[in-house]
Amino acid sequence: MSIFQAVKMSLKSISSNRMRSFLTMLGIIIGVAAVIIMVSLVQSSTAQIKAQMESMGTNMISVMLTGRGSVRNLSINDMQKLVDDNTDYFLSVAPVLNGNPTIKAGTENDVTSLIGTNQHYSSINNAEVEFGRNITERDCLNRSKIVVIGKYIQNRFFPGENPIGKEMKISGQVFTVVGVLKAKTTTIAQSSQDDRIMIPYTTAQRLLRNTAIRSYSFQAANAEVAEKASQKLEDLLLKLLGDTNAYRVMNQAEMLESVQSITGTMSLMLGGIAGISLLVGGIGIMNIMLVSVTERTREIGIRKAIGARRSSIMTQFLIESIVITLLGGALGILFGIAGTSAIGKAISLKTSVSLSVIALSCGVSIATGVFFGWYPANKASKLNPIEALRFE
Amino acid sequence: MIKIENMYKIYKMGDNEVRALDGINIHILKNEFVAIVGPSGSGKSTLINMIGCLDTPTSGKYYLDGIDVSRINENKLADIRNRKIGFIFQSYNLLAKLTVLENVELPLIYMGLSKSKRHALAKDAISRVGLSGRENHRPNQLSGGQQQRVAVARALVNNPSLILADEPTGALDSKTGQELLAMLKDIHSNGNTIVLITHDKEIAQNAKRIITIRDGKIHQDSEVKAQ
Repeated sequence: MSIFQAVKMSLKSISSNRMRSFLTMLGIIIGVAAVIIMVSLVQSSTAQIKAQMESMGTNMISVMLTGRGSVRNLSINDMQKLVDDNTDYFLSVAPVLNGNPTIKAGTENDVTSLIGTNQHYSSINNAEVEFGRNITERDCLNRSKIVVIGKYIQNRFFPGENPIGKEMKISGQVFTVVGVLKAKTTTIAQSSQDDRIMIPYTTAQRLLRNTAIRSYSFQAANAEVAEKASQKLEDLLLKLLGDTNAYRVMNQAEMLESVQSITGTMSLMLGGIAGISLLVGGIGIMNIMLVSVTERTREIGIRKAIGARRSSIMTQFLIESIVITLLGGALGILFGIAGTSAIGKAISLKTSVSLSVIALSCGVSIATGVFFGWYPANKASKLNPIEALRFE
Repeated sequence: MIKIENMYKIYKMGDNEVRALDGINIHILKNEFVAIVGPSGSGKSTLINMIGCLDTPTSGKYYLDGIDVSRINENKLADIRNRKIGFIFQSYNLLAKLTVLENVELPLIYMGLSKSKRHALAKDAISRVGLSGRENHRPNQLSGGQQQRVAVARALVNNPSLILADEPTGALDSKTGQELLAMLKDIHSNGNTIVLITHDKEIAQNAKRIITIRDGKIHQDSEVKAQ
C-alpha cells in the first residue's frame, strides 16, 4: 500500500469524525500557536531593544564611578586627559549628569529627563541636533543657561512655532532654547528618548546642586579598537583608583550581550512553557487514537483478513495521527502569526515571525504525531485478525 | 489444492487442554465445492481459520497450492490471504464508511494495483454479482442480500483460487439465501474452488462433497449425489 493511499484513507476517517478530529487537533493548535506567539514576541522585543541601543551611539563606552573617593579624585579634566593621552583609543569624553526637573514654558509644565553634559555628547550618543546649535565648550565654561530640547519637548511646549530663542523655566530658572534634537523614535511619545533636554554640565551641577559627576560616556577611536579601548580604560582607571570596585566600564557589545542573554533565557523559558501545552496536546492525540483503535477493531480485523500486512495497518494509523498533527500544526501556525501581530499591535511592538520558529513548530508537531501515534498504531497492527473479527 | 496432514490445534486453558483440532487430514482438489458441517464447538471455526491462513496450527502441515503455509511468517500469510483466498463472512464485514466500489477495491489496494486497474477489476466484480449502478452506495443503503453480494464481489475481485464462505446465508432469509447459493454455484462452475462452512445440513446439500466435523475430528466425508 502506498503512502498516498494511506493519506487518502486517513483523510477519509478524519473527515468522517469531524468534531472529534477538531477537538484532538485543538491541543496541537493551541500548543503551536502559543510557542509561535511567545517566541516571536520575545524575539521582536529583543530586536527593538537592540535597535534602540544601537541608536544610542556607536563605539560608546560608558564609565560609572561607584566609590566615594573615586569621584573626588577624578574630575572631568582627568578624564579629558585620559582621552588626550590615548588618542589611538579614544576620540572624546562627555560627562553625564542626570536629573528629572520640572520644566515650564508659557502656562504648560511637565517633568522631563535632563542630561547635563558637554559638546561631545551629541556625537557620542548619536543625539544629532536637527536645527539651532549644540552645546559648546564656551557654554560649559560660562555656565550658560541654554538648553537643547528633544523633539517631544518641542511638540509639547512649542507646537507649530520655532522654539529657538524662546525661554523655558527649568526648576524655576530661566533658560534659552538654542537647539532641537532630531527625533529618535517614530512615535515621539512621552518618556521616550525624545522626551528629554540637554544643558551644559556646569550649569547642571548648580541646578541639581550636585558637583559629583559619576557617569561618563567615552567614544572609542573607531569600531575596531572599541573592545581594546574599553580594556585600556579599565587598566587606566585601575591605575588611577587602585580598586576594581570603584568603577564600572561597560561597552555596547557587552550591554547588547547582556540583553541578549536575558531575552534568550526568556524565550527559552516561555517557549518551554508553551511546549508543555504541545506535550499535553500530544497525549490527547494518543488517547483519541487508542479509542479509535478499539472502536475500529473490527475494521482492522476485516482489513487483515483480506490481506493487509501489519505494516499496512501500522502505516494507516500512524499516518492518521501525523495528518491530524500536521493539520493542527498548520492551523496553529496561522493562529500564531495572527495572534503575534494582534498582540504586537496592542502593545505597539513591531513584530515579525521568523521562519525558524515556524519550521521548529512544524517539526515538533510532526514529531508529536509520530511519537504519540506510534503506540496506538503498533497496538492496532498487532491485533489478532480472528479475535478482531469476532469483536462486537 | 488444499492438503492438510495431521493437523492439531491445542489451546491451554489453565490446567485443561482443549483439542480444537485433533488430528485432521483433508485433501481438497482444485475446483471442488466442499461443505464443512458440524455443530457449534466442533472445531469447524478453528478449521476455517486454518484454511483461511488466519491462524497457525500447533502441529501438522498445511499445503495450499503446494506451499507449506503452516510455518510461514505473518507478512507472507497476509500476502497469501490477499492473493489466494477470498472470504465471505456471515455478517458481511463490509467497511461502513466506504462505498461499494471502495469496499470491493480494498484487497486490490493491499495488492498494490494502480487506480485504473483497481477500478476496472472492481467494476467487473460488481457487475458479476449484479450490483452495477450501485458502486457509490454505502453498505447501509443496501439490503442484507445486496450487502452479502458486495462481500462476494470483494471475495472475487482478486480472482483467488480459493473462496471461503463462513455461514454466508446465516443472516439472510431463505429466499435471498437461495439466491446467494445459486451465485456460489455459478462461481464454482467458473472454475473456483469453494469451501462452505455451515451448520445447516440442507444448505450443505448444495455442495458436491460434505465433510462433517465433530469434537475436532473428521466424522464423515461423503460425496453428494447429483439431484
